[in-house]
Amino acid sequence: MSTQVRDTALFGLVAILLIGTGMIQGWNSALLILNMGLISAIMALGVNLQWGFAGLFNIGVMGFVALGGLAAVLVSTEPVPEAWQAGGLRIIAGLVLGALTVVAAVQAQKRLEGRTKTIATLVILVGGFFLYRAVFDPGKVAVEAVNPAVSGNLGGLNLPILLSWPVGGLLAAGAAWVIGKTALGLRSDYLAIATLGIAEIIIAVLKNEDWLARGVKNVIGLDRPVPYEIDLQQDPGFVERAASLGLDPVTASTLYTKVGYAILFTIVLLIILWLAQKALNSPWGRMMRAIRDNETAAEAMGKDVKGRHLQIFILGSAVCGVAGAMMTTLDGQLTPGTYQPLRFTFLVWVMVIVGGSGNNFGAVLGGMLIWWLWVQVEPLGLGLMNILSSGLEDGSALKERMIESAAHMRLLTMGVVLLLVLRFSPRGLIPER
Amino acid sequence: MDFLNAIVAFANFVFVPGLAYGAQLAIGALGVTMIYGILRFSNFAHGDTMAFGTAITILFTTAFVGMGITFGPLPTALLALPFGIGATILLLLGTDWGVYKFYREQKASPVILVIVSMGVMFVMNGVVRFIIGVRDIRFADGERFIITAREFKEMTGLNEGLAIKTTQAITVVVALIAMALLFWFLNKTRTGKSMRAFSDNEDLALLSGINPDWVVKVTWMIVAALATTAGVLYGLDKSFKAFTYFQLLLPIFAAAIVGGLGNPLGAIAGGFVIAFSEVTITYAWKKVLTYLMPESLEPDGLVQLLSTDYKFAVSFAILIIVLLFRPTGLFKGQSV
Repeated sequence: MSTQVRDTALFGLVAILLIGTGMIQGWNSALLILNMGLISAIMALGVNLQWGFAGLFNIGVMGFVALGGLAAVLVSTEPVPEAWQAGGLRIIAGLVLGALTVVAAVQAQKRLEGRTKTIATLVILVGGFFLYRAVFDPGKVAVEAVNPAVSGNLGGLNLPILLSWPVGGLLAAGAAWVIGKTALGLRSDYLAIATLGIAEIIIAVLKNEDWLARGVKNVIGLDRPVPYEIDLQQDPGFVERAASLGLDPVTASTLYTKVGYAILFTIVLLIILWLAQKALNSPWGRMMRAIRDNETAAEAMGKDVKGRHLQIFILGSAVCGVAGAMMTTLDGQLTPGTYQPLRFTFLVWVMVIVGGSGNNFGAVLGGMLIWWLWVQVEPLGLGLMNILSSGLEDGSALKERMIESAAHMRLLTMGVVLLLVLRFSPRGLIPER
Repeated sequence: MDFLNAIVAFANFVFVPGLAYGAQLAIGALGVTMIYGILRFSNFAHGDTMAFGTAITILFTTAFVGMGITFGPLPTALLALPFGIGATILLLLGTDWGVYKFYREQKASPVILVIVSMGVMFVMNGVVRFIIGVRDIRFADGERFIITAREFKEMTGLNEGLAIKTTQAITVVVALIAMALLFWFLNKTRTGKSMRAFSDNEDLALLSGINPDWVVKVTWMIVAALATTAGVLYGLDKSFKAFTYFQLLLPIFAAAIVGGLGNPLGAIAGGFVIAFSEVTITYAWKKVLTYLMPESLEPDGLVQLLSTDYKFAVSFAILIIVLLFRPTGLFKGQSV
């Protein structure tokens, strides 16, 4: 079987799984899985850029995804004028002061020598911190006091939410630049733990800085790029067309919006996939892989290893940011409490490894396939446990325990899948070529 | 008098909790450091190993209490601990045989082993949830306090009370015993010495006839003991929840790295550095300062440098700062 036939067959398998889901569990579920699968595929593409192309071990995906979600809020929600009046400028001034402190400390590190360097850096950092808090805190308190039940934050720019997708990418790229500048010099294990920590910090900020995006009070009711179901149901033209297809208006409207999302997501996925393929097959992509395979040799040939690493770290993180903004758009809400590394970092890694690191199509396949599995393991596990325990009498402790345990099948299955692939097919389902 | 009150407030809210947390982190970090030093990879499954050991210990604790066996004023969990350690040893030896051995023989690069340990992390996390569920479990029994704040006030006549929980004292004592045993083992026994030799220079150690399989096995056994102990102490002090153990990975790694990966002394130092930084930076200093300063200068706010939710942020920030200035940690660590 030629490789092309094999790859097509694998994508065909995903299609069959989705169609099967549609026929058995309903088309709404199938489209739900498809939409999140498309977003997961984009995240996997981002990680594949970093790990598959350049061998950068980033396990802070969650942080960049969350930044994308933040972008959705900052771009699309309406500004809160009272909050801006109460302390908006103070907050901005505080943030600028904080940034200046860091810049000053870095400059001191670069320009001074010996003991003066240490003392000056310490004085700048400690003094800057208290100055920043003195300016920033009153503003923060004032803003968060404005109508905390519905806002308590500065609000956004009231722009179309679709604009937040590229903005999410930019935000993530900015963060990646800062992180890359400090952490990319570290060795692989250390870089991994550094990125893990940075993701936790980003989530901590999102949870606690209420003036930014309401923290754990969540932002709900974000704009949508597709029409609302309720509007469709009241549109006589739509109801008529639904009826002509033999669908009732409620089902038709839910399917319509989901298909709308799916089309938008597919467009983004195709654009990013096309760009990634172009990059992979360009001289730049070959240089990246050369650096990945032998850093010392590449450096000896005059390649700027650190610079290239920074570049691809920013690009990959930006892709994750775009996916994060898309996901928040799909959810219609930002809930910082739901960002957990197992789901948003390690699961994406499973997708990349299973799909095939170093191959963009592999990443896409892995994203769709693993997401389907992640969703379906629970019902499948429950069914399995129901069959296995059917011999036991109702209400017995063992039976209840078995059925209850189906809820924990997910992590176990993901771990087993990852371990099996690593062991028996370490290059993934669609290996690098 | 005010000065004494300030010291007591400091001890009560910063020193004692910091000491207990630091001891828990230190034992956790010792496990991470042992794996890094001898097996040469960062084990992401360590948090879930701790959770597994603790879960088994909890099962035995419940069984013991059900049978009427208790440990008097001390928590019954201490009696169950050896059984938890035994089960964890079996689990880790099984994992090594079924998973890691293959990659070791292939001489796979360390980063592949890290990804493999991510898979192990998923599986162990699932297994723990199978065994014990996702509930928040408190399993400390026996006396709750060695001394309560009220008793202390009556005893000394001070305004501030000092409360020391039994679990805090046990944590420190058990941690000291565990560390002493470990260092005795590494420095005095034949196996311990060969492990250190293996860690320093693998080729030389193999040349001098050290059996690598035995070294690996003993390492996993020690790691199982350390992980279970750390997990049980943490669970006794706070509570057991599968997810919080996973979240402990970051401060534990931070401790191991700050001290210098592969260096046991460094892991202990790192544990206390991380714990005390977390506590001091997120503690509201108002109370202590009020005692120390003249009335006119008393602070208005809470004098808290960062809100408590930034705990993880603090461990990480320290990690980055140390790495920027001392790339192999405070004590000389290894590098792959």
